[in-house]
Amino acid sequence: MTTGRITRIAGPVVVAEGLGAAGLYDVVEVGEAKLAGEIIRMDGRGATIQVYEEDTGMRPGEPVVSLGKPLSVSLGPGLLGTIYDGIQRPLSQLKAATGAFLEPGVKGESLDRSRKWAFEPAMRPGEDFGPGSLIGRARETQLVEHRVLVPPNAKPGKARRVAPAGEYDLRDTILESESGAAFGLSHDWPVRVPRPSRRRLPPTEPLVTGLRVVDMLFPISKGGCAAVPGGFGTGKTMTQHAIAKWCDADIIVYVGCGERGNEMTDVLTEFPKLVDPRTGRSIMERTILIANTSNMPVAAREVSIYTGITLAEYYRDMGYGVAVMADSTSRWAEALRELSGRLEEMPAEEGFPAYLPTRLAEFYERGGRVETMGETVGSVSIIGAVSPPGGDFSEPVTQHTKRFIRCFWALDRDLANARHYPAISWIDSYSEYAEEVAEWWDKVDPEWRSLRGRALELLKREQRLEQIVRLIGPDALPDEQRLVLMTAEIVKSGFLQQSSFDEVDKYCAPRKQVLLLRSILEFHRRAEAAIKAGAPLPKISALPVRERLSRMKSEVPNEAEHEMRAIEDQIAGAFDELDRQYRKEEAR
Amino acid sequence: MRGLEHRGLASADGPIVIARRSETAGYGEIVAVYGGDGRRRVGRVVDSSEDAVAIQLFDSSAGLSVDDSRVEYLGKALELRVGPDILGRVFDGLGRPTDGYPEPISSEMRDVNGMPINPAARVYPRDFIQTGVSAIDGMNTLIRGQKLPIFSGNGLPHNRLAAQIVRQARILPRGQAGEADESFAIVFAGMGIKYDVARFFIDSFERSGVLARVVMFLSLADSPSIERLITPKAALTAAEYLAYERGMHVLVVMTDMTNYCEALREVSAARGEVPSRKGYPGYLYSDLASLYERAGKIEGSPGSITQIPILSMPNDDISHPIPDLTGYITEGQIVLDRELSQKGVYPPVAGLPSLSRLMKDGIGPGMTREDHKDLSSQLFAAYAKVKSVRNLSAIIGEEELSSLDKRYLRFGERFEAEFLTQGEFEDRGIGKTLDLGWRLLGLLPREELLRLPAALIEKYLPKEGG
Repeated sequence: MTTGRITRIAGPVVVAEGLGAAGLYDVVEVGEAKLAGEIIRMDGRGATIQVYEEDTGMRPGEPVVSLGKPLSVSLGPGLLGTIYDGIQRPLSQLKAATGAFLEPGVKGESLDRSRKWAFEPAMRPGEDFGPGSLIGRARETQLVEHRVLVPPNAKPGKARRVAPAGEYDLRDTILESESGAAFGLSHDWPVRVPRPSRRRLPPTEPLVTGLRVVDMLFPISKGGCAAVPGGFGTGKTMTQHAIAKWCDADIIVYVGCGERGNEMTDVLTEFPKLVDPRTGRSIMERTILIANTSNMPVAAREVSIYTGITLAEYYRDMGYGVAVMADSTSRWAEALRELSGRLEEMPAEEGFPAYLPTRLAEFYERGGRVETMGETVGSVSIIGAVSPPGGDFSEPVTQHTKRFIRCFWALDRDLANARHYPAISWIDSYSEYAEEVAEWWDKVDPEWRSLRGRALELLKREQRLEQIVRLIGPDALPDEQRLVLMTAEIVKSGFLQQSSFDEVDKYCAPRKQVLLLRSILEFHRRAEAAIKAGAPLPKISALPVRERLSRMKSEVPNEAEHEMRAIEDQIAGAFDELDRQYRKEEAR
Repeated sequence: MRGLEHRGLASADGPIVIARRSETAGYGEIVAVYGGDGRRRVGRVVDSSEDAVAIQLFDSSAGLSVDDSRVEYLGKALELRVGPDILGRVFDGLGRPTDGYPEPISSEMRDVNGMPINPAARVYPRDFIQTGVSAIDGMNTLIRGQKLPIFSGNGLPHNRLAAQIVRQARILPRGQAGEADESFAIVFAGMGIKYDVARFFIDSFERSGVLARVVMFLSLADSPSIERLITPKAALTAAEYLAYERGMHVLVVMTDMTNYCEALREVSAARGEVPSRKGYPGYLYSDLASLYERAGKIEGSPGSITQIPILSMPNDDISHPIPDLTGYITEGQIVLDRELSQKGVYPPVAGLPSLSRLMKDGIGPGMTREDHKDLSSQLFAAYAKVKSVRNLSAIIGEEELSSLDKRYLRFGERFEAEFLTQGEFEDRGIGKTLDLGWRLLGLLPREELLRLPAALIEKYLPKEGG
């Protein structure tokens, strides 16, 4: 262990001398209070350290001790259901230690090392193993089986002894190799190093979120990366919460990075009560929370993103589909900016450091669908919120993020003001995954692709017509065009808008999404034909089925497919009647 | 306690002075700087190295000389003396009594910087506070433990609205048991405001008979601007003491946050930091968060801190960094609208950009009423439609509008005149507010009320002609 002494303190940045033997990115204990820190620069003046805790009161001359290893997280059973801070200290444990307020210097064990786990071996003595080989299984929660793997950086070997089935804690050895290497239920991994995989796979399976505007119009793949930019109050966090609650990922890592404390409390109090629609278990059993709220130290905020993605990769390696919610990446970028400013680096755009795009790219590239070292398939999907200043998407973080993601859910101020949630704009958003996931949707319904195309086209036409309406009013338009406005209105209120508080509407199953959109578009098709046949628009808008279409999302439960079918008959019946009437009038 | 003293400064440049090498200076420690005139100025160590110490003063540096000055290191962070006696007192921006009475009798000192609340120890706020203002209760409900700022502009009645909220705020009795005798307190932080504004609040507190429950921290417009950097911290420290140690429900009014941010910019510029938007420092977000996040409720204490910061948006621009970053941290915002105010609407709460994020969990059956959530959503949707119809009407003229659009216009007029508008001393119950909302929605055709479930429409919508 190398020991140095502090020569300068400026906020979260500390300079120390005498650490020449320590490595860049080594973890250090700073000062008498032993605050956690990381060496981020070495030069003639000494080592520059970013401190993850509040360092008020620290003086020049205090010692700095290098622990000789990079900043790492502990990976093993016990992660799920836990709330950590940015450097993986369990917040409930800190609460027990220092009460409701976070005091600097308090230490916490990331994982409970003495808790026993029921272990079932999968490897036999004498078997060859390599990085990623399955040693055995432990039941982490009722929902998730923890697959204990040989760490990715281990050397291949031959098993001499594998622990028999039984209860073990994290200190026990469960695998010994012929060459004497020993492995337990957990291992450490440096957060800034991506965990290796065998090869990347194309992201062809959608991450089904249960949000209609996402799944039908702007889908994201398992292993895909999406950005949710929006000004304050447009619902970034609500969108992230909704996806975290209902998406079909196996594991959720929710990183609250520089955001509100109460939002994390909301997750902590609400998630345990929510039941996953597919498994019937509490969704907290599959969730890990990382909370580094806006008033917690800024350097730990910078790391929290990496901590989150490393935990995600760990579960990916077990063959799970993991979704990471990063809320918000702008706060992370601002942490970079703040630290860069303290390091007196040359700023690029708006004071952000020139390496901002590189860091963003590195982060988003850790998402993906892969064949793991253990030859299973796992994925990490990343959904990053972006908080552009003034809601202006031309700022650096939004612009650079756009280069590294393929799915963009732009949140719209006007929609949010009208309390149309999720306020995902159908004009500015896009998804490059639509083609890749089309095959999966074909199995749900072969019409998915064409419904999506028709809905988007209808909304585009409505936008063009709205521009005319704004100048001359809707009455000047012919009936066909006013019908476009009317149907678009139904699509908006009956399909795109979705209430996360409504028992039925909060999660919409894929099948219902397709049927719902098909009914609305079928209404449009029949109405178009009826207008051609001479039926006036007011007759059509007076049809009771119109209001019914707008209310179905919350009135028809996911499993009631026959009710969805019934509405199609109702549409057919209503228009058949209308057709008969007007054909008669024509005949007269 | 007297700390170590050092003579002489290396430089004095505005609010930043550099003292020579001192191994004893801890980062963030409080120092007293005495000029040749003997006057004591309080400052804080913002950069401490073996060669020099940078000190940021909270007082004017006029009169400091390089040779004659003495620097005294006090070996602790800036602290505030707290005790039950602080109620009813008036302090300056640094927490020194200015009402002519001695320091409160207490030996308890608290670091004004506070410490971040552990997110795992927070209690999610869900108690509805009835303010008696329809625009707030009905559409942007205030919750106990929330931070809900008022975004205003110069000349708009934000002070009157804040005073009205303070006067009328109450927790509705649950069932029969009243909570009227619960202990509550008000902490008021005035930063760079004029004497008249401070007087207005004092008068208002006096008239409603709560003055004895108010703690005031005033750094008026004629005090050194950098003193304002401490004022909200001192106020929140007092609030935390009252809430978490004495179990009180504390309402904190902080005005004007814009002046606080300007002081921050001034100091940042003096330190030669890399500026971000409009010259404000890159850490403005983190700095504001360290204030706003001190609102809330924590486990193990019955008390709560509810914040109502007031900020004036420069040039009424909501995308200005101060309101923008505030909106990203606070749990919603009440935006005052100049156009409404000019129409004579009081309180001129802008319908659409205002928002309360904690509303969703504090309203509904058992808390306010079952129809509250859907009703407010419908009112927002209808009022958004009114705005777009008005735009259209401005271009094509009202006569050319469809009959539906005309109904929306009429709804909009009456919504502003009857729902938003109310007297400064009118205390409307939540039931009355919601009924009013239903009555106005009755102006629209039923098919338009798609945000409302049919069952609620049956139950609450006034029957036509009724």
